[in-house]
Amino acid sequence: MEGNLNLTLKIWRQKNTQTAGKFETYQVSGISTDMSFLEMIDVLNNRLIEEGDDPVAFDHDCREGICGMCSMYINGRPHGPNRGVTTCQLHMRSFKDGETITVEPWRASAFPVIKDLVVNRSAFDRIIAAGGFISVNTGNAQDANNLPINKDNADDAFAAAACIGCGACVAACKNASAMLFTSAKISQLALLPQGQIEAATRAQAMVAQMDEEGFGACSNTGACEAECPKGISIENIARMNREYFSATFSSK
Amino acid sequence: MAITGLFLISFLIVHCGLNATIFLNDGGVAFNEGAEFMGTNPVIRTMEIVLFAGLLLHIFDGLRLWLDNKKKRPVAYAVVDGSANSKWYSRSMGLLGTLLLLFLIIHLKHFWYFSRLTDDLTEAHTLYNEMQIVFASPIVVIIYVLGCISLGYHLLHGFQSAFQSLGWNHPKYSPTIKSIGAIYAVVISATFASMPIAFYFHLIH
Repeated sequence: MEGNLNLTLKIWRQKNTQTAGKFETYQVSGISTDMSFLEMIDVLNNRLIEEGDDPVAFDHDCREGICGMCSMYINGRPHGPNRGVTTCQLHMRSFKDGETITVEPWRASAFPVIKDLVVNRSAFDRIIAAGGFISVNTGNAQDANNLPINKDNADDAFAAAACIGCGACVAACKNASAMLFTSAKISQLALLPQGQIEAATRAQAMVAQMDEEGFGACSNTGACEAECPKGISIENIARMNREYFSATFSSK
Repeated sequence: MAITGLFLISFLIVHCGLNATIFLNDGGVAFNEGAEFMGTNPVIRTMEIVLFAGLLLHIFDGLRLWLDNKKKRPVAYAVVDGSANSKWYSRSMGLLGTLLLLFLIIHLKHFWYFSRLTDDLTEAHTLYNEMQIVFASPIVVIIYVLGCISLGYHLLHGFQSAFQSLGWNHPKYSPTIKSIGAIYAVVISATFASMPIAFYFHLIH
């Protein structure tokens, strides 16, 4: 059809965690510019299935940019060339006819490849489990107005809570550091009165888990903030560092 | 990295300020007085040891970080579009630091070794005279200018990065910190670089 794209795809294929992967080259034609990047991979996979080949495994769920499942490193950038979007919200109009597109999984020792473009991000769950929670009274919910919260703090906490845990920050970071993710999860609680009960230990516990998972150290390049589909700010990393220092001094 | 970095940043102000007295063009009188004070005052001599300790800590901490961080991505990306999300000098602090270390070895041999570990420093042959001799070589001048460029970029990232690491990120103060960092990096590296150039072209006597 007129205006549709013919593309060359270089996609990372890897059978499982144990085996080494390699790039395979595929040609796709007649790709509508209105398709999302994932729909374009769907087209390729339909063909591979028809031909009796193994389809490309990739993570996806909501396909509307809020679940954080899709995770493709496209042409050297997590979630591709556009800012503030996940791969499912990246449309093929962002590419040119005849272009070669390289698609890789998130690469980090803490995110082992399960198959092809699917990586295991359960390290993030364990970081949250280490301290990303609050203590609340059981029973009926109390009246919302019982807890006065400064508007600025509420806004900052909400902005931090926008993190969908996709891992683009780790993928973008030259050190595969998870500081942006961890700091967002700490900040959303540290800024609110409900988060104060565990404040003295939260940052320490979550940072310790983050290090144990094998994420790198932060060298403040700012790549995470630039690539984050939810625009999480590195102000959160500074806040985490403050929380961590004060927790280190005050903890028993 | 941040604490030792800020310590080294504060040292550079003293070093640069004192050396800039050569631009008074008084034949090095003020500079030699300053050098004499720095070489004999017991407090300064003690700080010299602290300075070396801080420098070594900064180097070894950086080396450890670099080695550690390298292990965190065992399979490298085939395509990386780094310029899309960060500055090249922010991603190259290890490389810039290594270039600075090589420069520092040459620099310490030229002046620290001369003034502290030999008996060649006399009233007839001052540190100022030694600068005139060293900076007569165009190769040395080029090495120093390249060293200063590395320093400038290292500071451009390092200054504001140190504040971020220490948790000092604030909507009211961070823009000021970043501006001061950029001005500091340019002024310090340009002032240092102008010294060998000025000697080489006999702009100061």
